[in-house]
Amino acid sequence: MDLFEYQGKQYFARYDIPVSPGDVAYTVDEAVAAAEMAGYPVVVKAQVQVGGRGKAGGIKLADNADEVRLHAGNILGMDIKGHLVKRVWVEHASDISKEYYASYSLDRGAKKHLLMLSAEGGVEIEAVAVSNPDAIVLLHIDPVDGISLATARDAAVRADIDAEAVDGVAEMLVKLYDCFTRGDCDLAEINPLILRPDGGVHALDAKVSLDNNAAFRHPEWDEFRATEELDEREQLARTHDLQYIGLEGSVGIIANGAGLAMSTLDVVNQVGGAASNFLDIGGGANADMMTAALEVINSDQSVKSIFINIFGGITRGEEVAKGIVEALRRVELRAPIVIRLDGTNAEEGRSILANAGIPESKLTSKPTMLEAARAAVALAKLGEASAELSTNERSN
Amino acid sequence: MAIFVNAETKVIVQGLTGGQGKYHGLRNQAYGTQVVGGVTPGKGGSDVEGIPVFNSVAEAVAATGATASFIAVPPKAASAAILEAAAAGIGFIVCITEGIPAQDEAKVFNTLLRDYPNTRLLGPNCPGIISPGKCNIGITAGEIAQLPTASGPNVGIVSRSGTLTYQALYELKQRGIGVSTCVGIGGDPVPGTNFIDCLKEFQADPETHAIIMIGEIGGSAEEEAAEFIKANVTKPMSAYIAGVTAPEGKKMGHAGAITSGGKGTAQGKMDALRAAGVKVGLNPTEAGDLMAEIVATL
Repeated sequence: MDLFEYQGKQYFARYDIPVSPGDVAYTVDEAVAAAEMAGYPVVVKAQVQVGGRGKAGGIKLADNADEVRLHAGNILGMDIKGHLVKRVWVEHASDISKEYYASYSLDRGAKKHLLMLSAEGGVEIEAVAVSNPDAIVLLHIDPVDGISLATARDAAVRADIDAEAVDGVAEMLVKLYDCFTRGDCDLAEINPLILRPDGGVHALDAKVSLDNNAAFRHPEWDEFRATEELDEREQLARTHDLQYIGLEGSVGIIANGAGLAMSTLDVVNQVGGAASNFLDIGGGANADMMTAALEVINSDQSVKSIFINIFGGITRGEEVAKGIVEALRRVELRAPIVIRLDGTNAEEGRSILANAGIPESKLTSKPTMLEAARAAVALAKLGEASAELSTNERSN
Repeated sequence: MAIFVNAETKVIVQGLTGGQGKYHGLRNQAYGTQVVGGVTPGKGGSDVEGIPVFNSVAEAVAATGATASFIAVPPKAASAAILEAAAAGIGFIVCITEGIPAQDEAKVFNTLLRDYPNTRLLGPNCPGIISPGKCNIGITAGEIAQLPTASGPNVGIVSRSGTLTYQALYELKQRGIGVSTCVGIGGDPVPGTNFIDCLKEFQADPETHAIIMIGEIGGSAEEEAAEFIKANVTKPMSAYIAGVTAPEGKKMGHAGAITSGGKGTAQGKMDALRAAGVKVGLNPTEAGDLMAEIVATL
């Protein structure tokens, strides 16, 4: 789960990482109130999870209430690269002497934590990595040991952090590591980490991505979850505990297992179609899960055919078949289903489907993944063509 | 021969009295695996259908001589269970638990590396391992695995995805090709056992004549495997990478399956494997067909 900047700063504050005083605002009036609290001058920042806010006019300086009113009014409701700005963060504007970069993530190859530190902050670190790779200090940290203040200080010196900022940055690195590990982050990034003229350092921005697997020990994440931006289909899937990702195509996908679901998208693509979603129904694939999955897919108007791809390992074929028959009783589908059922007890499953009295216009069964994909794509194209035809007729 | 496990492997199940542990533990036993005990703190002295249950792994090892452990406990308890098994001297741990926090996984991996270098962890979040006819630890349905033949050729399978592991087993069974060992390494960001660990063993295993590798998007494990194959693997290979059409920046079900900044893409992985001489199929069936072609020449 990716956090907005303001949530990231609130999260940092829990781990004693200094941030600028400020507050989040959903309206112009709230923005003014936040500015009065923070003290002028303030910065009004659009809260969207996409880069390039500044260039898009989403970050503005304000010296008084009128300017806050003007900028917050412009920024709220703004569209930044397809992201609607619903809230702004208003904070006291900081005097900046220097901008640095610091982040922790997991290096999957090395299986260690990775600290990235640079004296060239405030710009995209990917750009620095290309233009001046030597300006970034990379330090692997053994998760068993963690990082000591001495190691952090050494890294700061090696990164050419200004002498007066070394101690502050080192302390910050230890706190940020604490946030990264105890706070169960996939990524904890400060860019820029600033040095002020008074010699202090603090986080001017926050990019935090949380590990959903650790949610059970973080009740404080519930409020972040409430603001997560999911499309309607993803919301519905979440209420049913389904692993769902919305895509742009017309073939609805249901598969058991993440790998098989990914593979199903690939095969649909390979035979000239496009999937409308990724949906992993998991190992269960019983009537309730199948009903929920079909409901989610059915709510998507762009779906013209549904490809159910089940490989029975632990899941037995006849149970899957019974689940589908039951689900079809409960949900009135707009699109036809093509099913490929293989693995344990697949034949029993297929015969249950064949003898359930479901018309072939609603459900066809294919023996292999490839044949099923071809059939589903053909049906989807047919569905798209007839939808276009009826639109044309209406306009005529 | 087989890799990591064989007919003599004695297995205990941590979490045998739980729903998953009981179901799969008994299935493994029914397949012929030597399931010699279970561990559930507080339930020592009881049994599950005749399999004795112990309070700790150390007790279970002392009483049964177990060398392997199958961990089927919830994410909160999994890290401690893995370290307990290692501390008790278990040499091979299979952890099927899905949803362990990445921070815990990284810590466990590095603790094993430092304190228990002789313990191998398979998983977490993996389907387990099966050496058809000899030993099955985990959740694979044994009947979909083709028995190896004494004369060969037999194929080794290593896969990051559960259902695609079954799919690979099934593809080979359809073609009557024997399987030496099938290892599901799991889709998490910090797997205890990686592709290279398995490829090394398969290369050394006289009963394995060819290898199928099933990868997926995210991380760089496939690219690293390709480097290893180029330098060290002489046995012919076919492969499939899932997620060619996955959108960037989205976790595709598995915690580890995410592409970011143009890295970890299926295309990059396929290119790397092809450059290492591996025949790459665009779907699991094609990888099976390619393996059938390979086997026909052996």
